[in-house]
Order: sequence, then structure tokens, then C-alpha cells
Amino acid sequence: MPYNHYILVSGDSESSLNRRNELISFFEKEIAGQNLTDDVQVVSTIDTSACGMEGPFIKILPENIYIHNLTPEKVRSIVQEHLAKGIPPEGTGTEADKQFRIVLRNCGVIDPERIEDYILRDGYSALEKVIFDMTPEQVIDEIRKSGLRGRGGAGFPTGLKWSFTKEASSDQKYVVCNADEGDPGAYMDRSTLEGDPHSVLEAMAIAGCAVGADTGYIYIRAEYPLAIKRLELAIKQATELGLLGDNILGSGFSFNIEIRYGAGAFVCGEETALLASLEGERGTPKPRPPFPAVKGLWGKPTVVNNVETFANIPVVILKGSSWFSSIGSEKSKGTKVFAVTGKVKNSGLVEVPMGTPLRDIIFSISGGIRDNKKFKAVQTGGPSGGVIPEQFLDTPIDYDNLTAIGSMMGSGGMIVMDEDDCMVDVNKFYLQFSVDESCGKCAPCRIGGRELLTYLEKISGGQGELEDIEKMKRIGKAMQKASLCALGQTTSNPIQSALKYFYNEYEDHIVHKKCTAGKCVSLLKFIIITDKCVKCGVCKRVCPVSAISGDRDSGFLIDQSKCIKCGLCREKCKFEAINKG
Amino acid sequence: MTTAIVKAKINGLAVEVPAGTTILDAATKAHVKIPTLCKHPDLEASAGCGICIVRVNGSNKLLRACCTEIEQGMEITTHDSEIVEVRRTVLELILANHPNDCLQCGRNNNCELQRLAADFGIREVPFPHFLPAFGMIRDYSTGTIILDAEKCIKCGRCVDVCQNIQNVWALNFVGRGVKIRIAPAGDIVLGESPCVKCGQCSAHCPTGAITEYDNTRDVWEALYDPDKYCIVQIAPAVRVAVGEAFGFEPGTNLTKKLYSVLRRIGFKTVFDTNFSADLTIMEEATEFVQRFAHGKGALPLITSCCPAWVDFMEKYETDMIDNFSTCKSPQQMMGAMTKTYYAEQQGLPPEKIFMVSIMPCTAKKFEIQRSRDMSSSGVQDTDVVLTTRELSRMIKQSGIDFVNLPDDSPDHIMGDYTGAGTIFAATGGVMEAAIRTAYYFVTGENLADVNIEAVRGLQGVKEGEVDIRGTTVKVAVAHGLANVEYVLDKVRKAKEDGKEPPYHFIEVMACPGGCVGGGGQPYGVTDEIRLKRAEGIYQDDADHEIRCSHDNPMIQKIYADYLGKPGSEKSHHLLHTKYVSRPLYTK
Repeated sequence: MPYNHYILVSGDSESSLNRRNELISFFEKEIAGQNLTDDVQVVSTIDTSACGMEGPFIKILPENIYIHNLTPEKVRSIVQEHLAKGIPPEGTGTEADKQFRIVLRNCGVIDPERIEDYILRDGYSALEKVIFDMTPEQVIDEIRKSGLRGRGGAGFPTGLKWSFTKEASSDQKYVVCNADEGDPGAYMDRSTLEGDPHSVLEAMAIAGCAVGADTGYIYIRAEYPLAIKRLELAIKQATELGLLGDNILGSGFSFNIEIRYGAGAFVCGEETALLASLEGERGTPKPRPPFPAVKGLWGKPTVVNNVETFANIPVVILKGSSWFSSIGSEKSKGTKVFAVTGKVKNSGLVEVPMGTPLRDIIFSISGGIRDNKKFKAVQTGGPSGGVIPEQFLDTPIDYDNLTAIGSMMGSGGMIVMDEDDCMVDVNKFYLQFSVDESCGKCAPCRIGGRELLTYLEKISGGQGELEDIEKMKRIGKAMQKASLCALGQTTSNPIQSALKYFYNEYEDHIVHKKCTAGKCVSLLKFIIITDKCVKCGVCKRVCPVSAISGDRDSGFLIDQSKCIKCGLCREKCKFEAINKG
Repeated sequence: MTTAIVKAKINGLAVEVPAGTTILDAATKAHVKIPTLCKHPDLEASAGCGICIVRVNGSNKLLRACCTEIEQGMEITTHDSEIVEVRRTVLELILANHPNDCLQCGRNNNCELQRLAADFGIREVPFPHFLPAFGMIRDYSTGTIILDAEKCIKCGRCVDVCQNIQNVWALNFVGRGVKIRIAPAGDIVLGESPCVKCGQCSAHCPTGAITEYDNTRDVWEALYDPDKYCIVQIAPAVRVAVGEAFGFEPGTNLTKKLYSVLRRIGFKTVFDTNFSADLTIMEEATEFVQRFAHGKGALPLITSCCPAWVDFMEKYETDMIDNFSTCKSPQQMMGAMTKTYYAEQQGLPPEKIFMVSIMPCTAKKFEIQRSRDMSSSGVQDTDVVLTTRELSRMIKQSGIDFVNLPDDSPDHIMGDYTGAGTIFAATGGVMEAAIRTAYYFVTGENLADVNIEAVRGLQGVKEGEVDIRGTTVKVAVAHGLANVEYVLDKVRKAKEDGKEPPYHFIEVMACPGGCVGGGGQPYGVTDEIRLKRAEGIYQDDADHEIRCSHDNPMIQKIYADYLGKPGSEKSHHLLHTKYVSRPLYTK
């Protein structure tokens, strides 16, 4: 190590970019002030670990200490006390780790804007190996034997996909990276690209070499400006060093990568819609077969893989398929990155070996449920997945197990819910998303989704009937069977799983007109508990719609027909005399 | 590859079809009907509706029959309880998002969605009914075609036709999800878009989302108005298609029944556009000979009978304006001659005459006000255009037993036509008729065999050579506007290279198959139907003793009595027009 200390400055990406840059210059100024410029390097990076820290934070190496809530005084003290004098700083040690990092191996460790950092950690040596020491057949065979499956959601074996493209005869083939991540709460791909862009570029070139393609496209959401900036920089740096572009490392193999921006349509994460959008067409899915691997971009054989899939590739090549396939479960090899959000103590990215039980992720790595509430369910697979109740928490996560319990792997979104969450409300949230994102091309998805939403609104509004459930099931099945693409085919998954595991909640809403979690406003009732009421009259004074009548002698009463369920009375009552239910 | 035969089973029945055949087509061959709402035989499958799902052994998904190619050894089930239940649910969903106002709809009794709902015996829609709030529900802006956003089931046929068959690119999908609709890109109205009014969108629409602008009430009003003298003309292609609305086979020639019914409906004079087609040939063949033999004007000469093509050319192919024939279309020639020559003969003031034309075409509605030249008689030469579809409705409204009606004849002299006039209805027909007369103009003799097979048939671009006494005339025929580019690019290339033009004479018809496949013809057109209608037309030609326009005695008489000779000053005033470059977008 050329420096004695490294300060890795991280944060939750572009939103805090300015604050991060401020922090970096502040550190640099202080370090220069102490004449430590040759001793300490400040690195801007992306640390994605679920350490529960918000806003910019730092990690000091080699001490391996996290510090957040940084103030100018704190920075000054770190530099003057710790770096200059060696007094240990106050901070959190590294997380006790059940994680295993393949995809995120470099995130938070290297400066993603310096290709040298990537190369120092074996970057581009997998590409070199593929170009000079391996035949395309060997590369594909290695990927196939590794058991790597597509991380975008469907889990198609990557090696098999590549072999289809390799075997298709064509004058032109393409490699496309799907970086159109769009699930609510998911940011695995964004973080990978922001933290380690070269790993994806290297993998795309490897794919190009294996299948016989000389051009790659990265289709990335325009809402990811930092990832785009770092990718652009990475492409420039790699091209300058002869690791991308024409005649890579003098081998005669050429591979050029261009970036294309998506306008944020969720359906463009579906590969045929993505390709249509790349071609400049409306981003709507096409029927498969033909599959893109055989007939893709501009009708040419095209490998389409997700960011996370690509990020695995260099490691598979360098460490070998048997190493890779030793990690994970029987049918799902390697690791999976999850974006754990919702009611957990530590939100963040988690990378674990396939086969890790859900319980470990939620309760161990992510610290369990916030505010000591009770766990209710976890939804994997984003809006396409299903809710998983407590009874399945010990299920080892892999593609097949998740499907078997009515959910799916999806791209890695994981939203944890507690007792305060209402299943009807959660279903409504995801459904609204799917309905908004339906491209409208096929009737089952376009109309079916909207109808399901109407039923959910009816049920959460207290107007539900039991026969609505049967109708929802019927629509859900038609959508599953007759929708053109995975978006429509999976839109009803959350509802179907909720009906399976939380039928009683639907029944509560429909039959008893009750939302136990108190989320469905129309079903809420605020009632004054006369035993507890001291007749102070605060509730009447704060009520914005004058729904509370009475006086200090006779007590107070809430007129349910006027009440807008704002909850202000309950909040202001010092005697907990107002019941919500 | 394509010659390979694939063996598979559909509902247990063995089928053998060429590789590349879809499950839907293979099933049709095996007499199994798989319902679909979005697939049209003219078009690529859009896979939109989700009705044609089938089960393939070994696949846990249901696949779309319209776009899944059948593979060796496949075992396909087209109907079982689950498939039918899913189909029914999808259909119910579509109906939950449809106005269902069938009684007031332009496609009542003739709607693919209505038919499917009837077949499935849908008696109620179990799901909540909703229609998205579109800012503008109906777009009347072209005055020829009406777009109804609510009735659209988003099958995409019109978009495919407009973009890929017609190369016009006026229609597109706008918005997404439940708010998706068919409209010009950029959220403008159709009248401000590049739309050329060909009406192929309406001819392919499965529902009432795109229909012709109905002018039947204007005609009824004129017929009942004692101050109006109503005259009608019937276009060539109408006669072989109108019968389809009355149970006749496509291609059945009902010319004489049409004369009869139009008279009974109340038209005082019944003319035939086939006569003015003969007149067009006289003018256009003269123009061709002028350009070809005497070097007066640009070559190749390009036909201008089709108003959608004229509109297209004025928007997209403006470098070809000099090559365009200045001849008006037969409809407009008939209008002009009726309100001048016939009016003078009968002592009728032209403003009293109400000229109605029955056309296979929606663009003809636009043509009558295309430019000031369309009022060469001093008043608008043609007052109202009815499509074949509107005429059949008028016939049904009139209470006349059309099917059993005795034959009648047209009025002279603008009702008498030759075989050359009638073949205007089919692609290549104008070219064939013009060659017959141009040959005569150059040689003074008629062709020994007037049948010019090279320009007949449904091939998108037809190229041929005709020998006129040792001089070769190179001709090309294109139909379906997307086929035009190939022909014109060859002309442009030759011009760039300073070479002789590759053709001397080009015929273009906007609609696939020519006017027999026009945008105003009865619904349900396919290549099979286009061919049958064309057969009826060629039979009409063959049945005529006189098959060349210049041999039409009434044509000779009209020149002798009134016009002088083809290309005369009077002809130019009444029968010719000019073209200008027009913007693609007017907003």
C-alpha cells in the first residue's frame, strides 16, 4: 500500500453527491493542513453495505471503521487526533458478516473513477485470459458449468443463452447490458455500476469474445446520472489503455461499447421491449420466440444480460467454474444481491450466497424489524413477486424455492413489512405501479391490471364483496396466461400470494369492514374512550373539520360522517383516550 | 429451410405444413378455427389481444397461435376448459373497456368484436366498466375518416397498415397503459398529420374505432330537395364489391343492378365512372405520347387517378411533381363534364345539379375539394362522395330488394364504357388501358392482344415492357404506397447517374390491389378477396366487345361535340390540374 491510511467517502449516491464532494474537499484541506498528503488518500466511492447509515459516511482503512454524521469538528478531530496522532476514532466496526461478495467485490473498496484501482484488483485479467488463453467454446463451457443464471429475474442459464447466440450464424452480433432497473426499492444494478463500472465493461467484452460480437450497448435509465457518468469515464479509460475498442491488447479482437438511455419505462427492462427501445421504436414487448439470443437487436443474434449477471462473469473466469458452483444451493449457484428495504433496522444492499435463509438476511444482516415491531411478511421480486409470510422465513433463497412458495427471485428487491402494514394496501401499492407501467399493448395486462386495481380500491374503501375475490382470481389467471410479457404475467402475483397467506385480512376488510393495520383510511374509525377521557377539549380544538362536538361537562363525541381520519385528535390527546381502529 | 415440411398434431389431428407456418394458419388448414381479434391476414401478428392462446405440449405457458411458428412434433390443443375460460375472461375484459354502444356504431352487425362476443354467448360483463378519459374522443378533422379513441381495442392493425403497408406514418400509438390510443405522433389531430386519407386503417380496423365519414344523410337531403337535380356516378371497383353486403360472392359484377337501384333511390341521371375512365385514358395516353414520342415533358409519366397517391406525392415525393400526369381522376372528369357539357345539353344550371359519386375510396371525399381546379365548372364539380359501404347502407335504408332487382342501363352518353374503363378498378388497370390507346395513337392500329398480363396480379411492384412497333416502352406498376419507394428510387438513381429513366410510364395506386381493395370497400378484405374482385373486373373487360377507350363511340362523340381533341384547351381547362408541394404537418 503506497499510503498508510485510506478514507473511503461513501453515501447514498447522487442525492448526496454534493455533500460528499464537500466532505472530500474538507478532508483534503485538513489533511494538507497537517502535512499528511503523502500519508492519507481520500477516495470517493460507493459503499453499499447495509450498515444502516444515511447520508455521507466514511470508512477508514486499514482500520476498517465506519463513521457517519460527520461534522466539520468531527473531520478535524479525525485528521488531527487519529491520522496525525494515532488515537483510535469513535465509530462502528465492520459488520459481522454473513455476506459473501462477488458482485459487489469492489464496491466501496476502489475508486470507481480510477481504472488503475480496478486493475490492481485483477481487473481486466479475465478478459486477457479469455482473449489469449481460451477458445470461445471454453469460455461458454466455463460459464455453463459455473451454473450462473440470469440475475434479472427469470434465472435463465447464462451459458446456455450465450451458446444460442454463438451458434446462430450472422454477420453481426450484439451484446446488450440491461441496466434498466426499475423495481420500487431496488438499486442493486445502479450501485454496481456506480461502484464498479469496469466489472460490467470487462464482462461484456468477454461475452463479445465468446459469442462473436464486436459491439455492445448498455441500456441504462437516464435517471441514473452518476452511473452514466462513471460508465462513460470507464469506457474512455479502458479504451485509452487498449482494453476496449479496436484491436484489444493487440489481439485483433475488437469490442466497442456504447451507452443508450432509457426514459424510465419499467417495461423496457423486459428484453424484447428493451431492444425495441434501443432500436428507437416504442418500448413494447414482442412475442418470443424468436428469442433475442437468436434474433435480437435489428434482427441480429443478441446476448442480453443484466448488470449483476455480467458483474459475476470476470470472477467466474478467473476463479473457475468449480469454485463458483461450490457457492450457493443445488440449482442456484453463486450469490445474489438484494436491496433490503422497508421495516428493517438497516436498509441497504446485501450480497449472500444462494441458499441463505430469508431469516438470516432480515434478522441477522439487516438487524431485524425496526422499533421492535412484529415481522409480518417480506415481498421479494418487486411488483412481480409475492408476499412471503413468517412460516417460510427459513426457506433457503434460490430461484426455485421462491417460485414454489408463490413469489420469485426477481431482480433482488426485498421489502420487509411489519404488523403496521396492511396486505390490501401493500397489494394496492404494487398494483398501482404495475398498472402505471403497463405499456398497454396487450389487452389482458392493460385492462386486467386496471380492473384488479378497481377491486382493491373498492375493498380498501369498505365496499368490497366476497365475490370480488373470485373475480380477482379469474382476472389474475387470465393475465397470467394470456399477457404477452412477464410484466402482465406477474402483475397479479402479489395479490394471489396475499390471498393465499393473508386471506383473513381480505376477509376483515370485506366482511368486517376492518383494517387491523389501520392503513385503509376509509375503514378507520377514531373513537373517544370515555373512561380515559378527562374532557379537556383539546381534541375538539384541534379538529380541522369540526367533527368533534360536546363540552367539558358532557364530554366529547366524534361525528364519523364528518371525520377525515387525519388522526390529529389522537396525536394531540395526552391521555391516550382516542382509539384508532 | 422454407421448403421443409413440418409434421405436428392439432387437437389430435395430424397436420403437415411448410416450416415457418404459424399455429394459427396451420389450424385454419386443418379446419380448426382459433379466434383472434388482432391478427389480420395482410399484417404481421401484433400479439396484442391475447385471444388466440393455445396449449403446446411441454410448455406450461399458453402461447399465442398468431405468432408462434409450428414446430416438428408439436402437439397443440386449441380448445380445453382452461383455454376457453381464459379467452372468455380476456374478451370480458375487453368489453369492460369498450363503449358497447353497438346500436349506434358504424360497425353494427359487421364488427369482429361484436361477432366474437356473440359467438362466446356473453350475456353480461362481470367486471366494472370503465373508459379512460380521453381529451378528445372522436377526431373528425380529415372529413373523410373518423377516429374513435373509445372504440379502439389497440390491436395495432391501423398503425401497421399506415406505417408499413402505406408508408404514411400518420398513425401511431400514443400514451401507455389504459391511456394508450391511436393518434398521430405529437398529439395532433389527423387532419394536421401526413394522413393521405387512403382509409386502409378503416378497412383493417376490427371495430368501429376507425370508420369513414358518413355522408349518406347529405345525399338523402339532396334527393328529397325538389330544387336539386341529383346525378350519380359509379366507380369501377364498386360493382364487384357492393354485393358482399347482400350475400353475393366477392367479384360478382352487379353493374346493372346498381343502375337500377340508384334510379329507384331517386337519382335522375345515372352515369358510370367507367366512361370518364375512358376519357382519362384519352387525355393521359395523349399526354404520354407527347412526352414519350415528342419529348414534351418529363419521363417517366406517373398516373394521378388515385387521390391518396396524389396527396402522398405532394407531401413525400415532391421532386416528382413534373412527372405527374396533369389529368384529373375519372371522378373529377365526370363531375366537370356533368356540370358543363351535360348541364348545357339538358339546359340545367350547374348549381342545381347535385353530383354524387359512389367510390371504393375514402380519399375521394377529400379529392372533391383538393384544389380550386376541382370546381372547374364554376361550382364544385362533385358534391358528395359515398363509399361502397355507405351505398350499401343507403340501399338497405331505401327498402329496395336489391338482390332480386331487375337489371337497368345507365344514361347516355356518359354511362357507356369500354373494357379499358372498367379495369381501372384493379392494380395495373390504368396502365393496361393507357397502353392499349397509346399503342393506337402511335401506330394507328389496335394491339393484336389487348390483354397485358405483365401488369396484372397482386405482386407489389410489377415491371414490364411493351413493344410499340420496335420501340420499347418500359412500365412499372406499384400498389400499396410502401411499394412506391422502390420504383421512384430507381428513377432518382438513374437521374443522378445521368442515365435514361428506367421506366417511361408508372402507375401507382395507394391501396393494395388497387381500387378493388380500396379503403371504402366492404370490410374483411384479404388478398383472396382482392383477387376475386379483380377477376370480376377482368371478366367485365373480357365481356366487352369494345376494349379500348379510343374506340368508345360516346368518347368520340364527346370530343366531336364538345372537347375538340384530347389535350385541347378546353380539355385542359376541364380535365387537367396542377400539383404543389404540401407540408407533412400543418401544425
